[in-house]
Amino acid sequence: MKEFAYARASSVDEAVAAAAAPGAKFLGGGTNLVDLMRLEVETPKLLVDVTHLPFHSVDETAEGGVRIGAGVRNSDLAASRLVRERYPALAEALLAGASGQLRNAATTAGNLLQRTRCPYFQDVTKPCSKREPGTGCPAREGEHRNLAIIGWSEHCVATHPSDMAVALAAFDAVVETTTRRIPAVDLHRLPGDDPSRDTVLEPGELIVAVELPRLPFARRSRYRKVRERASYAFALVSVAAAYGDGDVRIAFGGLAHKPWRAFAAEEAIRGGASFADAAEAELAQARPLRDNGYKVELAKRTLVSVLEELA
Amino acid sequence: MTVLADVSLRVNGTPHEFALDTRTSLLDLLREHLDLVGAKKGCDHGQCGACTVLVDGRRVNACLTLAVAVSGSEVVTVEGLDHPLQDAFVHHDAFQCGYCTPGQLCSAAGMLDDLERQELPVSPAEIREWMSGNICRCGAYPNIVAAIEAVA
Repeated sequence: MKEFAYARASSVDEAVAAAAAPGAKFLGGGTNLVDLMRLEVETPKLLVDVTHLPFHSVDETAEGGVRIGAGVRNSDLAASRLVRERYPALAEALLAGASGQLRNAATTAGNLLQRTRCPYFQDVTKPCSKREPGTGCPAREGEHRNLAIIGWSEHCVATHPSDMAVALAAFDAVVETTTRRIPAVDLHRLPGDDPSRDTVLEPGELIVAVELPRLPFARRSRYRKVRERASYAFALVSVAAAYGDGDVRIAFGGLAHKPWRAFAAEEAIRGGASFADAAEAELAQARPLRDNGYKVELAKRTLVSVLEELA
Repeated sequence: MTVLADVSLRVNGTPHEFALDTRTSLLDLLREHLDLVGAKKGCDHGQCGACTVLVDGRRVNACLTLAVAVSGSEVVTVEGLDHPLQDAFVHHDAFQCGYCTPGQLCSAAGMLDDLERQELPVSPAEIREWMSGNICRCGAYPNIVAAIEAVA
């Protein structure tokens, strides 16, 4: 691991000021960042620890939604009664992610900002345009069984690994930073010609909270994660969905560089289409790679299965 | 150039002060500076759980925890753990080589609290799911589950 300085921020102003230094990075639970530093994928000069900022509560908003502090640990968010009652798919997504130990350390904002687990990204002996712009994407012709089928570019076929972010994207969450409010569906980018940027956040911009709007029918919602073993593995495909009151919300995980909100499938269902036709409508845009074509059918079947369970 | 930071921790009830390289993980601090070698460096990537300890009562992977980031905290390792799980592991023969056992014990102790917060029953299915961050290469899982279930 490369040398770095450490600063514990006691206020947002202090955190933002410290983060203006070259090579500074915010530190949350560190469960991904510290690992990437050990692999020397990340080499920050300064870690600005933001876990002591006062963003540790989950509160009801005046509009009947829920506001989640950026520093709330994943385990505490999953245990929150507000979340379990109003957005059960979010609690399920959190508990489907990582392990008990990691969920105790990982924060809400840190979960959103975790990096892809693409094997080429995590191996500094391999080229990777996400890690080193312009070096290319060996995953396109290499090991990509678990990588993207939607929205990828010639520069990057990585997937976003978060489960939590999929549920947030489905339920119209808004990410509040030190400077603005960003719809969760717009926080993460598609790789395009600059895969080094996972999100639209500017340098030094700090996430302070995530807000979920009032969404009564999300009380009936599910998160289904398909993986290669029963627990403690990343999704091959996952689905967060709420269905009721004649309305629907759907997002997929494991398919793209960002949590994939299934607007086409939602529109089809609102228009009276069958679940199977809605799944077809969404996956029509899939461009599978040589070895991950299985994800197209898996995504369709997982979606239909979740919706049938909710119907 | 090494960057030093002041770190203070209570470990198994005893207060300690250090001037540490900021890169020092909690695991290396315990093993290399305090000679508490119960927590193991299995994978050093948070994937095996052999390094699990309790920080302020919560189970975490000591390998992914920077010591400087938990300065001010209370740490309990297997050496300081005093829990009925320990007798239950012996009674149920919940190990073979024993390498993962300190992590299994600390993790199980933390898991019982995790399940209570989540208002979930301590059933074999939940134990298997909530202990999935602890690998046992000898495959002693059935007896580990039995030991934890006996204590719950």
